Amino acid sequence: MLSKKIRTRIVFTTFLLLASILVVFIVLKSLEENVVYFFSPTELYNKEDISFNKKIRIGGLVKDGSVINNQTSINFIVTDLNNEIIVSYKGSVPNLFSEGKGVVAEGKLKDKKYFIADKILAKHDENYMPPEVNKILKKIKEQ
Amino acid sequence: MFKNFFPNKILSFSNKLFNFLTVLMLLFIFVGLIYALFLSPPDFTQGDSVRIMYVHVPASFIALGCFGFMGIASICALIFKIKILSLMAKSIAPVGSVFALVSIVTGSLWGKPTWGTWWVWDARLTSMLILFIFYIAYISVWKFVDNYEKANRVSSIIAIIGSLNLPVIKYSVDWWNTLHQTSSITLTSAPTIHYTMLIPLIIMIIGAVIYTLIIFLMRYKTEIMKFKLDKRNKEN
Repeated sequence: MLSKKIRTRIVFTTFLLLASILVVFIVLKSLEENVVYFFSPTELYNKEDISFNKKIRIGGLVKDGSVINNQTSINFIVTDLNNEIIVSYKGSVPNLFSEGKGVVAEGKLKDKKYFIADKILAKHDENYMPPEVNKILKKIKEQ
Repeated sequence: MFKNFFPNKILSFSNKLFNFLTVLMLLFIFVGLIYALFLSPPDFTQGDSVRIMYVHVPASFIALGCFGFMGIASICALIFKIKILSLMAKSIAPVGSVFALVSIVTGSLWGKPTWGTWWVWDARLTSMLILFIFYIAYISVWKFVDNYEKANRVSSIIAIIGSLNLPVIKYSVDWWNTLHQTSSITLTSAPTIHYTMLIPLIIMIIGAVIYTLIIFLMRYKTEIMKFKLDKRNKEN
């Protein structure tokens, strides 16, 4: 059957693979806090070691009807349909920022329910369709 | 089928086949681009920047596919010492690396108008950058290590370790919160992309695959020639 040399090389390759998988897994597990790009309001709610001085990112949907535009700042509510956080931001938001759409805000927590953002990113979801189809879908929803 | 990739067969590959593949590729890319840029509708939120997807998705697909091929070929090459597998992996690396770069650049161009930023360090974008670095490492080893045996061994190990990154790239959007959206096309459920956008996307993917095949065959042919020449030089 397989010669001894080939068997040694199979063992070597298998060990190489297993060892690398283990290393990647451990590294990713230990860095999990950093690999996650943002926290949802619920994750933040359940998080015990919240630092109010460190910059963090939160993400979720912009709650319908929650956007309040002042002259200098914009306030809105980020929701994951379970928990909510009020976000306050000074500056201009991306074009795709709108109610009911995904958003990621970078900044600091004032308290568990209030977030001061200094950067707003719009998050796009995996749905792609022409405007006409979206109109039809909306009509169906309203009926 | 596999016999066609044996050294003597590949050398006798006629230009006719290359010409046929090239015409086929141009046809797909031409029809795909016309469809993607003019006939397909703009997206309901992204507008016209959705058209970047028709290059971005095929490029990412090829970049991942090529490295997957390199990983599997490297495992077999390392264990069974099959030389043509190493040469195949070596031949497909450059085109894969270029597509990885195309994927990152087009993604960046799309990110600015959509997300509001060129780049973020989320799991999907970072792991894709790591893939590109692995490509560079793999190609550099072949380029700068003179000893064939040594270059073969080191590059194979790089390809094997690097291919562990592929499932991380693929599933990063499901495992962690990322700014990058999840896949619109999955094996398990209906695509969340309208068919008027799905069709040009598929045409573009097929075009990119044929292009990759052409570049791969050309490089592979050259590598076989180089290898034979080296062998003959050593014997004399």
